[in-house]
Amino acid sequence: MARGIWVFAEQRNGELKKVVFELLSEGRKIADQLGQELWAILLGKEVKGLVEKLAPYGADKVLVADDEKLEKYSTGTYTKVISDLIREHQPFAFFLGNTAMGKDLAPRVAERVGTGLSSDCTGIELVDGNLHFVRPIYAGKAFAKTVCPEARPVMATIRPNVFPVSEPDAARQAEVVEVPVQVGMEDLKAIVKEVVKQASGRVELTEADIIVSGGRGMKGPENFKILEELADVLGAAVGASRAAVDAGWREHQYQVGQTGKTVSPSLYIACGISGAIQHLAGMSSSKVIVAINKDPEANIFKVADYGIVGDLFEIVPLLTEEFKKLLA
Amino acid sequence: MHIVVCVKQVPDTMEVRIDPKTNTLVRAGVPSIINPYDIHAVEEAMRLKEKFGASVTAITMGPPQAEEVLRKAISFGVDKAILLSDRAFAGSDTLATSYVLAQAIRKLSEEQPVDLVLCGKQAIDGDTAQVGPGIATRLNIPQLTYVMKIDYLDLEKREIQVQRKLEGEREIVKATLPALLTVTKDINELRYASFPNLLRAARYRPLLWNKESLLLEEGRLGIKGSPTAVRRIFAPPEREGGEIIPGGMDNPEKAAAELVDKLITTKIIADR
Ligand SMILES: Cc1cc2nc3c(=O)[nH]c(=O)nc-3n(C[C@H](O)[C@H](O)[C@H](O)COP(=O)(O)OP(=O)(O)OC[C@H]3O[C@@H](n4cnc5c(N)ncnc54)[C@H](O)[C@@H]3O)c2cc1C
Ligand SMILES: Cc1cc2nc3c(=O)[nH]c(=O)nc-3n(C[C@H](O)[C@H](O)[C@H](O)COP(=O)(O)OP(=O)(O)OC[C@H]3O[C@@H](n4cnc5c(N)ncnc54)[C@H](O)[C@@H]3O)c2cc1C
Repeated sequence: MARGIWVFAEQRNGELKKVVFELLSEGRKIADQLGQELWAILLGKEVKGLVEKLAPYGADKVLVADDEKLEKYSTGTYTKVISDLIREHQPFAFFLGNTAMGKDLAPRVAERVGTGLSSDCTGIELVDGNLHFVRPIYAGKAFAKTVCPEARPVMATIRPNVFPVSEPDAARQAEVVEVPVQVGMEDLKAIVKEVVKQASGRVELTEADIIVSGGRGMKGPENFKILEELADVLGAAVGASRAAVDAGWREHQYQVGQTGKTVSPSLYIACGISGAIQHLAGMSSSKVIVAINKDPEANIFKVADYGIVGDLFEIVPLLTEEFKKLLA
Repeated sequence: MHIVVCVKQVPDTMEVRIDPKTNTLVRAGVPSIINPYDIHAVEEAMRLKEKFGASVTAITMGPPQAEEVLRKAISFGVDKAILLSDRAFAGSDTLATSYVLAQAIRKLSEEQPVDLVLCGKQAIDGDTAQVGPGIATRLNIPQLTYVMKIDYLDLEKREIQVQRKLEGEREIVKATLPALLTVTKDINELRYASFPNLLRAARYRPLLWNKESLLLEEGRLGIKGSPTAVRRIFAPPEREGGEIIPGGMDNPEKAAAELVDKLITTKIIADR
């Protein structure tokens, strides 16, 4: 019988992704409820030192594939190593972060071992000994509950920042198992030449994780500069209401709303936007909404998780400064 | 060169609504469109065709009415289009879907070897982003996902180099051909369909392949061949107003600092 909860311990340049600790924390709970073990799967070159970071968050065992061929991520090599491990040990479930790497790797592994995969999950439920996943569909307008009744492992990629990280327990130890790495030319058909830090070229609205948007309250096109400065600090895209677009301050491709783009970033910051129903239609599936508006009665506050009643020309630059300090 | 583009018909998610009472999808009056990423894949195939010369085939798996998206592809200049349709395909998850698409690409390769398969980065209905990698795995060819630019294609050396769009980074990757790419919208700007192509599209009848023409195994299709099932769909909870951070008017410094602190301590913004 398939047993064990596995978590992919994604690292880049020797640093574990934050989502790994979220997966371990959630995985630990599920493993305890099922009376199974929690294993972390760690691939890379000279990464054994990371094991001590995984144990406190609940890993019973860490499978380490340490090899210079695994120094940089490549779909072929990572798929080969992980699929071989899955075939050998037959775990019950395997979770990966829904990160650039997880999104590329998980479907290839699932296909290789012939199992089901639910991607970008925001919820996991244990029902009668099986896992159900909640995942956003239709560009965030709705959710689906998916199941994988028979095939094993049950695979899922989990959206970062959804599950809380539990308190680490420094006394916990994990057993370390080094696994042999067998990758051939066949697995090396694609090689990464270089990773380039993205210059300021701003992210596309519908793909942005954070959006800073401005409306009629911006008063003129020149003032969008203060939103761009905030967006630069956050790696965000800049959107606009129809009023701002109709006034010619921004191009139509940046309009959010019923007749513009539908977006569902993890954070939407609305500045000088009243919150008309047609605007909300395009952004109310955002995970967190922040509103800055001088009118305490503005409709936007009815959907905002956090609001500041104030002058955006004062507040926005202060936010930029504050984030700069903390994110530098 | 032979390029295959995979296109999917999707409901226009701008119009989709979930009835919050019954938790069912309100599809009445919702137009079906070509998946917005897939049209960029078609456009990219046309640009490669102009540069290197190529025959371009578009395929879709879906019900008979999905042939509409093939006509759209033809209007962009695609040479040939094939509808993969069979009752047995209904209820397919990504594993079963990529099985059918991969078999179709194999069959096309018998006529003329396929050098490049292009897909969208994801479909806006299922939103899984799994089918591209699924096809590549079955064909045992490299996958280059989230491609925002093709740097070069060398048909002599059988090599392609692309830029992949990652979180705040670009990755430059080289792969051998044949390869499969999934593309983002940054890869190109769409151009208007030409009049002759529009005319051709209006009259075009795609080829129809079913499970017999593709020699598919019944057990790997549709619900039977799908490890994953969708149990139910539901509307997101209604939003309620949250917290107003005080002092916005008379102490903006404090209000701004408090907001930033909240966004960071609640992990909404990652403390890098
Ligand atoms: C068929 C149809 C389709 C539509 N589609 C869209 C659409 O896709 N997208 C869209 O956005 N709209 C759309 N609209 C228009 C929509 O109804 C609103 O008119 C529009 O959203 C208003 O934009 P706004 O919030 O920027 O402007 P306003 O409603 O004028 O609000 C400006 C806000 O800025 C605040 N403000 C002013 N100065 C400051 C300051 N210094 N500091 C802080 N706050 C300040 C004000 O208090 C006010 O709340 C559509 C309308 C129709 C009829
Ligand atoms: C609400 C909902 C939730 C679902 N959740 C899951 C799930 O968690 N796991 C799962 O395995 N399945 C799931 N499915 C089933 C899945 O959507 C279908 O298998 C679908 O045919 C392919 O997945 P996708 O739409 O996510 O495509 P993606 O993988 O996102 O599509 C990527 C690209 O593949 C190509 N492509 C995809 N489908 C076709 C096609 N039919 N014809 C031609 N090219 C195509 C296109 O180029 C497209 O841009 C779900 C379906 C729905 C409606």
